[in-house]
Amino acid sequence: MKIDDKLALDLFHVDKQAHLQIKPEICRKCPHKACTYVCPVENYTINGEDVVLSWEGCLECGTCRIVCDQGSLTWDYPQGGYGILYRLG
Amino acid sequence: MDNENSENKFDTIIVGAGPAGTTAALVLAKAGLNVLLLERSSSPGSKNVFGGILYTTVLNRLVPNFWEEAPVERHIKGIKIYLVSPQNAVSIGVESEEHNQPPYNNSFTVSRAAFDKWYASKAEEAGAMLLLNTQVDDLLRVNGKVAGVKVRGEEGELYADTVILADGVNSILAEKAGLRKSYVPRQVSLGMKEIIELPRNVIEDRFGISGDEGVEIKYMAGDATKGIWGGGNIYTNQESVSLVTWLALDPLIKSKRKSTELFEQFKAHPFVKNYIKGGKTVEYQAHLAPDGGYDDTPRYFTDGLVIAGDAARFLNASLHYEGTNFAMASGEAAAKAILHARGLNDYSAKSLAYYQKLLEKSFVMKDLKRYRKMNHFAEKNPEFFGPYFDVITQAAVDYFAVKETPKRSQEWQMIKDFRKNLGKATKSRFPLLGFCWRCLKGGLSFL
Repeated sequence: MKIDDKLALDLFHVDKQAHLQIKPEICRKCPHKACTYVCPVENYTINGEDVVLSWEGCLECGTCRIVCDQGSLTWDYPQGGYGILYRLG
Repeated sequence: MDNENSENKFDTIIVGAGPAGTTAALVLAKAGLNVLLLERSSSPGSKNVFGGILYTTVLNRLVPNFWEEAPVERHIKGIKIYLVSPQNAVSIGVESEEHNQPPYNNSFTVSRAAFDKWYASKAEEAGAMLLLNTQVDDLLRVNGKVAGVKVRGEEGELYADTVILADGVNSILAEKAGLRKSYVPRQVSLGMKEIIELPRNVIEDRFGISGDEGVEIKYMAGDATKGIWGGGNIYTNQESVSLVTWLALDPLIKSKRKSTELFEQFKAHPFVKNYIKGGKTVEYQAHLAPDGGYDDTPRYFTDGLVIAGDAARFLNASLHYEGTNFAMASGEAAAKAILHARGLNDYSAKSLAYYQKLLEKSFVMKDLKRYRKMNHFAEKNPEFFGPYFDVITQAAVDYFAVKETPKRSQEWQMIKDFRKNLGKATKSRFPLLGFCWRCLKGGLSFL
């Protein structure tokens, strides 16, 4: 099952403002780019030498926050009531 | 300082309406305190993910016979544990008719979205005030002591004599309070989970249960996680199963494997797929779990503040994997410590240190200490969960192989092959001795 199909099953209340941000110039030099394979929703993808972040499908697990040891990522929770809303958690 | 005396002042503010925070709110509200329970989601539980079993020794003490009114799915009657290699599996199972009687071995599958909402309503009935859609961004301090929280949006600043942080594994507030540093990968596991719908009668036939009976199926690392320290689980709900994979983050990073692919490989594993076949995935979830055990525990209190549940890293990360019970026990202890401090009219760290005393006396710290070696073992012996599992399961399959060879010679052959396979599986100069030594060490740390 593809991750996009899985995320289509989840309920999100997507905020207009991004709660995650990366600094592309730091990501480009990152020696491991671990976010691109550990993220459980594949929010981080590689495009050429760049890491591309799409935060809308974030499950707020915080894994990227721990694996990013390069100081590229600004991680925050979405504002109250926004983000993932599990119906069957 | 003016705000401290305004209507924004509470006896206690609790951040997070999960099992830890709600338990603390319930105990404090029952004792007559003016309690504010803050939840960042629009409904308690809708940000929460857990393995699949709610452990309820504490809950059943606070809300006797809770299962008669709480939205529970099934009570857990038995457990089956698998060691798997790509081809072979060894399993061991325990089940008991006693677990079909109240209090059902204090193990229930629940949907957290339903359960946490119900539980928070019990705290509200007791008099706690629940405020939803509220993101807490920082702690407020007066004269260096924690004296409230700063909330995003119009509520602004909320004051209290004490604050309880029960805001989950990613508690940024615990970092801001200076109680712990940010995590390193070896301190957490990544859990991924699918809720897979199946008809009730199919679940009952497939898992050998009836009525409200439920089971847990547990996979210990090995090929279930492609040798990464972690595991998998299947839990039966009424009309769905929860399928979970959890992976220790440090070995996951080192493996360079994609977490999403590992999860799909687990679902397709020969000894997993038959339990979920024909099912329809209806929700996908992911969450971190605190790992690392006793040696990575943070400080639990400071002036005006205590932390409970996952925020305090309370999880029995062993074969038992009890998190909800630890959450509720620590929430109750936090509440008791605050009542103690209130009696002294002193909310300083010195007074709240009573929390630590209560924890030390409870099963929470005793169990954390009991399993403190387990994570170290898992870290230092990665081959245990890959090649060794292959050798063990192969020997078991060889033992039951049907041949025209007399059983005695077949057994000798099995032992010879076992030794040969061990040699291939390890770099140790004395494969059998090394294996026995590791089993002994591993067994002592696991059991």
